[in-house]
Amino acid sequence: MAKITMREAISQALWEEMERDPKVFILGEEVGLWGGTYAVTKGFFDHFGAERVRDTPIAEAAIVGAAIGAALTGLRPVAELMTINFAFSAMDHIVNEAAKLHYMFAGQMVLPMVIRAVGGGGRQLGATHSQTPDAVFAHFPGLKVVAPGTPADAKGLLKAAIRSNDPVLFIEHATLYQTRGEVPDGELIVPIGKSKIQRLGRDVTLVTYSKMLEVSMKAAEQLAAEGIEVEIVDLRSLRPLDMDPVLESLKKTNRAVIVEEGWKSYGVGAEIASRIYEEAFDFVDAPIKRVAQAEVPLPYNRTLEQMALPNAADVVKAVKEVL
Amino acid sequence: MDKQTGLKLYHEMVLIRRTEEKAAELYQQGKIGGFLHLYIGQEAVSTGLISARLPQDRVITAYRDHGVAINCGLPAKEILAEMLGKVTGVSRGKGGSMHLADVSKNFWGGHAIVGAHLPLAAGLALGDLYQKQDGVTICMFGDGATNIGYFHEALNLSKVWNLPVLWVCENNQYGMGTAVDRASAVSQIRQKAEGYGMTNSRVDGMNLVAVREAAQKILSEIRNGSGPQLLEITTYRYRGHSMGDPERYRKPEEIHLWQEQDPIGIFRRHLLDNGLAVEAELNAEDDAVEEEIREAVIFAESSPEPQAEELFRDIYVEA
Ligand SMILES: Cc1ncc(C[n+]2csc(CCOP(=O)(O)OP(=O)(O)O)c2C)c(N)n1
Ligand SMILES: [Mg+2]
Repeated sequence: MAKITMREAISQALWEEMERDPKVFILGEEVGLWGGTYAVTKGFFDHFGAERVRDTPIAEAAIVGAAIGAALTGLRPVAELMTINFAFSAMDHIVNEAAKLHYMFAGQMVLPMVIRAVGGGGRQLGATHSQTPDAVFAHFPGLKVVAPGTPADAKGLLKAAIRSNDPVLFIEHATLYQTRGEVPDGELIVPIGKSKIQRLGRDVTLVTYSKMLEVSMKAAEQLAAEGIEVEIVDLRSLRPLDMDPVLESLKKTNRAVIVEEGWKSYGVGAEIASRIYEEAFDFVDAPIKRVAQAEVPLPYNRTLEQMALPNAADVVKAVKEVL
Repeated sequence: MDKQTGLKLYHEMVLIRRTEEKAAELYQQGKIGGFLHLYIGQEAVSTGLISARLPQDRVITAYRDHGVAINCGLPAKEILAEMLGKVTGVSRGKGGSMHLADVSKNFWGGHAIVGAHLPLAAGLALGDLYQKQDGVTICMFGDGATNIGYFHEALNLSKVWNLPVLWVCENNQYGMGTAVDRASAVSQIRQKAEGYGMTNSRVDGMNLVAVREAAQKILSEIRNGSGPQLLEITTYRYRGHSMGDPERYRKPEEIHLWQEQDPIGIFRRHLLDNGLAVEAELNAEDDAVEEEIREAVIFAESSPEPQAEELFRDIYVEA
């Protein structure tokens, strides 16, 4: 077991898969010579060369579109979108091509591709550069959406995504890159579509993922000091969504709070809460609470931005409300 | 150019540079957050270009927008206040460095999604054409922005509809760390206009006078119905793409070479050589800028933060 950062974990996954399979290659803006905007692919250009670490023009539609085309020929492209906000410039290719081709052509076309995209707020980047639109992408059948909250999951899930024969959107949170965690040595594959209990507790079930796992863990510590034990379920994959650990936990605690960074309306919390009501209504002893971002485009000003983003205090408050 | 204009434009260029040097300092001190893209080295581009516009001409640009904002008449103190996230900033602290705008001065903003403002510019120009107003929309963007679809869609549309737009590509040789020839199929950006049958030209962006004269000529042509045109202005950014750029993609010697043709130095010499100013007058402008910046920083630092209610203000026009 080594304690490494999320950045290192993602970097290792890419490196190992590129070493293992010559069909794996990277394309995106500043992934090569620059070494990756977030330094994830630092050293890759020198080691793997310009053929396999391909700097692209600023052209998100072409990046995703070309990844789709290359994947159709049997290659395993890992397309990097500098931030998930630029995925909107590639939306057609993500939604109307990547998510549809396999189904629409009755399985003839196979797209073993990954789109890596960096998301999240909290860095004063303003409204267009701070979004957490994960739920938007999870809306589309045909696309898999993964968003890890720990270095070990990041490494294992990315390796699984690269080996997957389906298109996977892999969402990294910009403020998690420095987060450290234990990562098992050797081969590590974490299956896509499996939620995980990250903390055991008896009083309330907290359902969360990505950056909000960290926030929820912090809230859990504060609550534990007051004698309240929350159980934390980390979704890890938004689609396919694994409800089993959520429902099992809920049947034990009978209370749930869902914590997401994105907006509440039509979001992850809305989906999870509905699924709980649909599948385990009789076990719910208190109205489910959702903690999410204020319904505003994120402002630049630091204080306002922090006000808008969910934090540990918001989680603590919500947990106390369902108790 | 008369003496008064010469001194005014010199003042603007120095003001841009000092404002940005101060901004870089404030960024290092942690007082400015997020992204900060400096314009240092490119001052003659927007100063020359905007000096040629009439008040009815709209201006829209990307996130590297401090210089353009100053040229459009936004006060340095309100720009710095915006960077500090203060309520006295041009966007009440909600936009930050990349999102300066003052619609009352016909400056339609810095926009942070590469290329996304080009179709908007077509729409601004359509607004003028439709309403029989004689404004020209000046749309500025980088070399990197010419590789995204938005650029091509907007140019084509502007030509098909004969829109009064001046497309201005600021070719500063790089889009982030990617040199033009690593990302663009043609090395001269102006060649891209050819595909749309659009009149195009290229000018040295380190030379304010050349930029101004080119812009004056083209703006009057467009105003007289020539249809859209593209002007490529070659220039160079002396600083990193944004703060914290490791700059592994270029050598210091290359930067030094361009620094030898510093646009402020070139214009200063032009004013002196042509008897438009004497040393003492230019030094007086330098001092005046120094004082303006000093006051601007005091203003920005002592301005209040936005109130909590600001978070929910301006989401919609109608509540
Ligand atoms: C659609 C989109 N993709 C990527 C980015 C990230 N990005 C911001 S600036 C930039 C480089 C732009 O280069 P250029 O157009 O030449 O302008 P310059 O920065 O040189 O002024 C990139 C890739 C973005 N903001 N928007
Ligand atoms: Mg550029």
